[in-house]
Amino acid sequence: MAENKKPLLKAEDVSEVFGGLKAVADFNFYINKGELIGLIGPNGAGKTTIFNLITGVYIPTTGEISLDGKSIVGLKPYQITQLGIARTFQNIRLFSELSVLDNVKIAYHCHVKYGLLETVMRMGRYFGEENEIEQESLKLLKIFKLDEHAYEIAKNLPYGAQRRLEIARALAAKPKLLLLDEPAAGMNPQETHELMEMIRWIRKQFGLTVLLIEHDMSLVMGICERIYVLEYGMIIAEGTPSEIQNNPEVIRAYLGTEAVN
Amino acid sequence: MNSVRKRDLTMLIFGLVVYAAIQGMISGGVIGSFWQLNIILICVNVIMSVSLNLINGYTGQFSLGHAGFMAVGAYVGVVATVNFHLPLIVALLLGALCAGTLGFLIGLPTLRLRGDYLAIATLGLGEIIRIVIMNIEYVGGAAGFKGIPHLTNFTWVFFVMLFTLFFVKNFVNSSHGRACISIRENEIAAEAMGVNTTKYKVMAFTIGAAFAGIAGGLFAHQFYLISPNSFTFLSSFNYLIMVVLGGMGSITGSIAGAFVVTFISAALASFPEARMIIYALALILLMFYRPQGLFGYMEVTNFAPIKKVLDKISGTKEN
Repeated sequence: MAENKKPLLKAEDVSEVFGGLKAVADFNFYINKGELIGLIGPNGAGKTTIFNLITGVYIPTTGEISLDGKSIVGLKPYQITQLGIARTFQNIRLFSELSVLDNVKIAYHCHVKYGLLETVMRMGRYFGEENEIEQESLKLLKIFKLDEHAYEIAKNLPYGAQRRLEIARALAAKPKLLLLDEPAAGMNPQETHELMEMIRWIRKQFGLTVLLIEHDMSLVMGICERIYVLEYGMIIAEGTPSEIQNNPEVIRAYLGTEAVN
Repeated sequence: MNSVRKRDLTMLIFGLVVYAAIQGMISGGVIGSFWQLNIILICVNVIMSVSLNLINGYTGQFSLGHAGFMAVGAYVGVVATVNFHLPLIVALLLGALCAGTLGFLIGLPTLRLRGDYLAIATLGLGEIIRIVIMNIEYVGGAAGFKGIPHLTNFTWVFFVMLFTLFFVKNFVNSSHGRACISIRENEIAAEAMGVNTTKYKVMAFTIGAAFAGIAGGLFAHQFYLISPNSFTFLSSFNYLIMVVLGGMGSITGSIAGAFVVTFISAALASFPEARMIIYALALILLMFYRPQGLFGYMEVTNFAPIKKVLDKISGTKEN
């Protein structure tokens, strides 16, 4: 299946070295269009580093990352977002003093066409586009059940709602590829289940490709089609959820050698 | 769609009423020359504090060199009117252009710095501008530039101030403004949402500097003489105080801040010994009880009763 499609995102021999520490070593992977991929691994395995490499926060020490066949190494994070990769953060990074609605509106930024003069003089495309942004933002908030909180300050939202808002904001940037960094962290089983349904739904609705980091195995095993397992910056296993569950290497990484025997 | 425009019109009419009232009192001799001067200073300070607020309050880049850009605008303006006999409006625009260009050139390298480092760098740059001017004989050096025609009057400063407010308000309430605000809120997230943070920091800095240049031009043509000593870092601090006192990220706040600070120092002009003590005490108390400033992030148009009136006039039912 992988060979007859051109991958949307591809990483080849990517390494990232911080001083003497090799955070990521010879990382190879690909994501096809429309796939839902999980990236798991023990704490400190380098999962978030890989997100930071893909989104341009870090520049790989060696190796090549390409989106749609074009290299994205060396681009700034905002340029990569404009090319169609949006992300959420493990430690929530909302615009906390702004309203929920404004949080989403900001992410439409790179699709706005009106210029500075139209802004200042309130002419031309300004009203039309602003109106459109507002409507689309409200629609997105509705999908994430945040429409009732649209005019509240983001930092006053409950934790689970803040996580949902991060995803809504990332979607507002209209990405092709959505990166979710531990979307279920801090959620209870009920919320996690709802989130799972939501991820499935938005993927279909928006035609998204999703890469997610998660520790909650029920979520990862429940929705991911393929899983990469990372340990000490290296991929130790790759495969479908059932393959991963029975992989002795993975069990060893998570539970230690004795568990395998 | 045009409820926003109607609201602008309402505000413009309100502005014209204020203008007519004050102008009437000036012509009628109710306001003496001392308070006339202070009203003009309030308007100039509103331009300064609103433009500084765009940099410090909205974009969250701590700049301490605003008086330097004002100095550039002032000197370019007086050279244009005195040495080249250009009309005031051209002088103001030239001042804005020069101050804006300088802001752009200074902003590019310095806005890589964050927080207090940026504050120190801009503080230094403001002083460099002042000292460079002090050493240019063509504009009078340390003795200052003499013989400036008195071209500024209340009408000029008031309408330039209105234009500034209109400009900044529209800028802030747009995608460009939201990009600036997102940098203040969380630079990493802003970048991840597709905001070119460097571009918007430099843009805010350039626009702020250009308006400071206009304010400088108006300021200079109010007096017979300007000297580099009018633009020390102490005056930069003074503008910063107006912004902080009114509320970082509120246009209403900047207007209130400029008004309060100018008014207090004018009202206390006859008690020079007590003036700085009262001034400092007022600031300490304010920071103690209201650290977000008088208005915080709020605008006067957001207050429920005023919003109601505005909505009624512009005929919208807002959520």
